[in-house]
Amino acid sequence: MIIELGHFALILALMVAVVQSTLPLWGAHRGDARLMALAEPAALVQLVLVAASFGVLTWAFVASDFSLAVVVSNSHTAKPLLYKISGVWGNHEGSLLLWVLILALYGAAVAAFGGNLPTRLRARVLAVQGMIGVAFLLFLLLTSNPFWRLLAPPLDGQDLNPLLQDPGLAFHPPFLYLGYVGLSMAYSFAVAALIEGRVDAAWGRWVRPWTLAAWIFLTIGIALGSWWAYYELGWGGFWFWDPVENASFMPWLLAIALLHSAIVVEKRESLKAWTVLLAIMAFGFSLIGTFIVRSGVITSVHAFANDPERGVFILLILGVFTGGALILFALRAGAMEAKGLFAMVSRESALVANNVLLAVSAFVVFIGTIWPLIAELLLDRTLSVGEPFFNAAFTPFVVALALILPPGAMLAWKRGTLARSFKALVPALILSLSLGALGFAIQTGQTALGPIGLALGAWVVFGALTDIWARTGREGIGARGSRLLRLPRADWGKATSHAGLGITIFAVSALTAWKIEDIRVVQIGETFPLGGYEVRLDAVDEVEGPNYQSTMAQMTVTRDGALVTVLSPEKRFYPVAAMPTTEAAIDYGFLRDIYLVLGDRQQSGGWAVRSYIEPFANWLWGGCLLMAFGGFLSLSDRRYRVAAGARKVPAGVPAE
Amino acid sequence: MKRLVLALLLLASPVHAVQPDEILADPVLEARARDISREIRCPVCQGESIDDSNAPISRDLRIIIRERLVAGDTDREVVDYVVDRYGEFVLFNPRPEGSTLILWFAGPALFLAAIAVAVAAQRRRAPPEVKLTEAEEARLREILKE
Repeated sequence: MIIELGHFALILALMVAVVQSTLPLWGAHRGDARLMALAEPAALVQLVLVAASFGVLTWAFVASDFSLAVVVSNSHTAKPLLYKISGVWGNHEGSLLLWVLILALYGAAVAAFGGNLPTRLRARVLAVQGMIGVAFLLFLLLTSNPFWRLLAPPLDGQDLNPLLQDPGLAFHPPFLYLGYVGLSMAYSFAVAALIEGRVDAAWGRWVRPWTLAAWIFLTIGIALGSWWAYYELGWGGFWFWDPVENASFMPWLLAIALLHSAIVVEKRESLKAWTVLLAIMAFGFSLIGTFIVRSGVITSVHAFANDPERGVFILLILGVFTGGALILFALRAGAMEAKGLFAMVSRESALVANNVLLAVSAFVVFIGTIWPLIAELLLDRTLSVGEPFFNAAFTPFVVALALILPPGAMLAWKRGTLARSFKALVPALILSLSLGALGFAIQTGQTALGPIGLALGAWVVFGALTDIWARTGREGIGARGSRLLRLPRADWGKATSHAGLGITIFAVSALTAWKIEDIRVVQIGETFPLGGYEVRLDAVDEVEGPNYQSTMAQMTVTRDGALVTVLSPEKRFYPVAAMPTTEAAIDYGFLRDIYLVLGDRQQSGGWAVRSYIEPFANWLWGGCLLMAFGGFLSLSDRRYRVAAGARKVPAGVPAE
Repeated sequence: MKRLVLALLLLASPVHAVQPDEILADPVLEARARDISREIRCPVCQGESIDDSNAPISRDLRIIIRERLVAGDTDREVVDYVVDRYGEFVLFNPRPEGSTLILWFAGPALFLAAIAVAVAAQRRRAPPEVKLTEAEEARLREILKE
């Protein structure tokens, strides 16, 4: 009975979404205030209905209701509660329900907090959100209904893929979806603006916080996924250029581009058409990501749910929404004339360069991801595109981006001078080059990647510090210090995010260049050296887990005889899913992680053991968190709360 | 029951990436072998290199690569040897030949095109460098009258 209520709620949500996507749009066209006013209650009711439906599915998982097909194939009574809950979105149907829930959440947020938007724009934005809702609710109900009952329910379920039974992965999809789906807001604002035929500074100011929020979630989601791969897959890698990773990476890159170009729209009323196009593309790539993951067209480690019919449906959604928006764009882009003019050397130009580099790097990831498909369909060649290609083709653009970031971020609007921003950056330049040289001197005879990454990362970090310090004026240290604390949060956000990027760049190169690996057979009681540490295999025991059997080693790590830590790497076997997993044991540290993996028992006695020193691994997650935190600081800036409603006077005065 | 579980455990137990018994005594050859096997895709897995993969065929390939290296093959010869038997599919780094050139040059080409478009748009939008003088203004008005 409860299940049917959830099912009905979902169908009702579809009906409400149909109302939400049509009547307010018509009302906005006719200037009918009553029809426009329908949008807000519709968005709120849609959230309530979808949330109820989601709650019912969660209840079915927690209570192990095996009359539901989804619960049978993805749950088991012996599974811990956390994974019963995360099992709701650990499968195709449930994850799409989560998708729709988050979509409804964003729609309701506009309805609840969008009071300062002009009525017409708000009605149109909500109507476009409603259309996306209709498409995905139809998809859910027609091809992927989570409330499908079984005629003869089995006694127990088939368990969730053991790789997914992990705290990092339990929260990875919700964050990722908050990001993906959040970009639908930018899309809805873009389409609404195209319908109105007007983009101005106020539009830029409204669209930015939504994009920023989506980007923050996407950053955290990607970082969680990368961290999960790092500790769970058992060889200490953090990024594999897997199609599904790329699917989340492309919208992330485009969202950054969009955030920066929306600044130009907001401050200078320029780059309007390009910003609208970016907003459409960013959500388009979210849909492409959904298509790649859900259709399984490009098989990958992550394609745990794939079905060609569903793929065609998503392709249809993708075609209608991006195609439709692009046609609208072609018809209306001419109406969006730039007002703010700028010189070749100016903040605007630097942001254009940022956008070019980000868009091209997203394109490189895109073509690398779909090339095997193109080659197979059109050229009749089966080939693979993997890490070596992406490292070679993608990295140059990131390096270029990091090089221009510090001077670009300090250029004046309208017309700047390179000499002035370089002069301010001389200390940062000297400092980062010396750090690079120091790194080169400490490491001997290794790849140049480490020192180069160190110098580049330091350049971005010190550049960010120089930038924020330069904003405090030219008085004495004391006055500047107190002004530093009173700077708008957006300035702090900018500096924090940029510094986070620098730290991430450094950590990626350090991890790639300075990783130490050791593979050997170890007898119980034997000690072996590992990059300045000594590791002893004390014992290997059989241990019983809640829904798995574990072969658990105990290994003691010492340095010059002093105890560092005791680690327990495991090999697990999940009997229900008949699947083995590797659980690496990691000692997280400020400068390095010690990463131990237990392999197989050898015929000659002893165990295969793989051990790694992962230098600066925590800096990678720290850098990502810092980027996200910077976004959060910027989002909390006062002007979004106070002045968001006030339309700015057009600032389109040409330079003298 | 316990024996069944044990049997399953042995059956399903993964053969981990690079085993201790595979490693060559010569560190230079071993480093070359690792570099090569990072760029070879496991033919039966989903997007893993043979260096990371647990599949038995990857182990075989890793051993073959080391045998070829010990026999004195160059890196290119070793890779050719594998590609001849398993096809282009196993190359993670598609060779820039034939239609694959498009893949390699698409990014840089788009970059140059985007720069060209941005600079052209910028030229159109750039603010005038100097103001017209009085005489020029007057001349302009005359021309416009005609």
